[in-house]
Amino acid sequence: MDLFQVTIDGQIVNVAPGTTILQAAEDAGVKIPTLCHHPDQQVKAACRVCVVEVEGSRVMQPACAYPVYNGMVVHTNTMAVREVRRTVLELLLTHHPQDCLQCERNLHCELQTLTQEAGIRQVEFPQELRNLPVDESSGAVARDPNKCINCRRCIEACGELQGVDILASINRGYDTVVGTGLNKSLADLACVLCGQCIQACPVGALREVDHTQQVWDALNDPDVHVVVQTAPAVRVALGEELGYPVGSGVTKKMTAALRRLGFDKVFDTDFTADLTIMEEGSELLDRIKNGGTLPMITSCSPGWIKYMEHYYPDMLDHLSTCKSPQQMFGALAKTFYPQTQGMDPSKIFVVSVMPCTAKKYEANRPEMRASGYQDVDVVLTTRELVHMIKQAGLNITALPDEEFDDPLGLSTGAGVIFGSTGGVMEAALRTVYEIVTGDELPSLDFEVVRGLEGTKRASVELIIPEAAADGEVGTSLQVNVAVASSLSEAKKLIELVKTGQEEIHFIEIMCCPGGCIGGGGQPRPTTNQTRTARMNAIYREDAGMPIRKSHENPAVASLYADFLGSPLGSVSHKLLHTHYTKRKVY
Amino acid sequence: MNTVKEIVAEHGHESSRLLEMLRCLQSPTNYLSEEAIVGVAKELNVPISHVYGVASFYSMYSTKPRGKYIIRFCESAPCHIEGAAEVLEAVQDQLQIAVNETTTDGKFSLELTSCLGVCGVAPAMMVNSTVYGNLTPEKAKKILAATE
Repeated sequence: MDLFQVTIDGQIVNVAPGTTILQAAEDAGVKIPTLCHHPDQQVKAACRVCVVEVEGSRVMQPACAYPVYNGMVVHTNTMAVREVRRTVLELLLTHHPQDCLQCERNLHCELQTLTQEAGIRQVEFPQELRNLPVDESSGAVARDPNKCINCRRCIEACGELQGVDILASINRGYDTVVGTGLNKSLADLACVLCGQCIQACPVGALREVDHTQQVWDALNDPDVHVVVQTAPAVRVALGEELGYPVGSGVTKKMTAALRRLGFDKVFDTDFTADLTIMEEGSELLDRIKNGGTLPMITSCSPGWIKYMEHYYPDMLDHLSTCKSPQQMFGALAKTFYPQTQGMDPSKIFVVSVMPCTAKKYEANRPEMRASGYQDVDVVLTTRELVHMIKQAGLNITALPDEEFDDPLGLSTGAGVIFGSTGGVMEAALRTVYEIVTGDELPSLDFEVVRGLEGTKRASVELIIPEAAADGEVGTSLQVNVAVASSLSEAKKLIELVKTGQEEIHFIEIMCCPGGCIGGGGQPRPTTNQTRTARMNAIYREDAGMPIRKSHENPAVASLYADFLGSPLGSVSHKLLHTHYTKRKVY
Repeated sequence: MNTVKEIVAEHGHESSRLLEMLRCLQSPTNYLSEEAIVGVAKELNVPISHVYGVASFYSMYSTKPRGKYIIRFCESAPCHIEGAAEVLEAVQDQLQIAVNETTTDGKFSLELTSCLGVCGVAPAMMVNSTVYGNLTPEKAKKILAATE
């Protein structure tokens, strides 16, 4: 293919046809400011911050949307361009509250950065703020439409990516703002609270509902024993905002920081991830042997659960009855744990640190009180933990490496990979294969279910020795599995299941693209690039673990011996399994 | 009155005909109720936010209850020059409502509109689908008083 020759600010670059001015400028080492542009999304050309002069063109053109042609001459940094960009920004600022110091996005705001880079010291136009209500009704995702700049990135995340379309452009002209159907609050809509809109938002219009004060209060109360659990995906993203490069695993620094924040015990959700594998693997085998509903679908991702409840209420029996690792942990932290310590469970306060906003909703579900108390008291996102660490003045790079506490802190590589799409499946296969066949797996790495690809499939042949007749090796069982992340990908798979077009036994679904490492509670920016780096860190953690299979976790084994009995037993049933609720979309 | 189901069916369940459906749904009451918006979204299997986005975009639709008569008063320049402000004040005075409000008896709603295309008889207003021109405060009051 012939390349096009393009001159950008006097520098010649040769680029493929179809390249935008923005991409070509990147090749020329020129950074054009953008706002509505997002690297993983479609071109919107909504904000006009990226305008440039194209020789021969009567008006300025948006660099994000304008394709180059051979011989094109572009100027990105003339006086006229700078003035237009400045006006565009000033017009955005007339609608935007100027309370940056108190804003959750302070120092992490794309509009703030652009305003700073453009050197805007005062806005020429009068301020006209919207004065719309802030919505914290869901207890998980908060929306402040007063700060919205109409870039529409959240609309694409909610619609194209997640297929739930809760957000849309409402009203017209000057009154246009991103809103919901009938301006209802998120709690009254079929929103799954995944927080991908938060990841898309360039400003402070979307955020989590902040629960850090509740945690500080508990830590400050001498009568309360505060335990914390951390999800696998947190340890590979936390460092991004605390002085480490993207894709750093900071597990041992994180545990040290949590102790210094004052948590009495620092435990690991990976432990209950291993436990989930024991319960869910047993449930799968039980369903296969006894003609239960197949395919069985994982239930770790609370956004996914809420999606099924709203959008496929007639298919809830496909969901595994296993609680998510977070909720299994909560139930044990207020039963098994105080029993072993001789403590009063009412004095235990359970905090979760999750890469997720939907986990806040999950912890508040009325059925999540198996211990007799609310099993998980407060859920913080990774970002909220960053805030707490900064408030406490901790420099985690200078902290010593520290381990999790026993007994709910011991985990395996299988527990760690729960944080990435395909991880639950891989962890389950490692255990189910060995339990069923009695053989050791030749290789623990199921590469085929790894990676950012939306949907992945695999087949595993299990030879069941106990079923063997004389002279035969055993009964062969072909287990077909599928993995999907993001709700638009999940929907495609569920439609196949609904119509029975494909024989699948086991499906893993994660609500967020890439799995929990790309969750709505993770540091920003979360893009496919950062997702990949975090994913790689997850698999490095796994490879570095001394034990990599859930059924070999000695703490899980003794938990069964001393407390639970057997997987799917009566204690498990009470504490570790749950049921689902049919909900509506309209 | 036709139900949402019937109206959507009459339009062949085509989401591209949403504007027509919303018109049919609005015509008996002059506004789109929550039931109508949610109902049409459900029948078409499209998100509520999309239907609401359309309904809130076009000024001819209203998602708030409106009166039996909708007065659309022209706010464009030619009417302004011919004394629209004075006429508008008279209308507001007679009805005891401000722009974008509805009289307590539910009879009138007052809205502003861009050019009605009858600048030759400015100032002008439209009451439901009838256009009135060459308005004076007295004439406007008489027109409103004559409505049923």
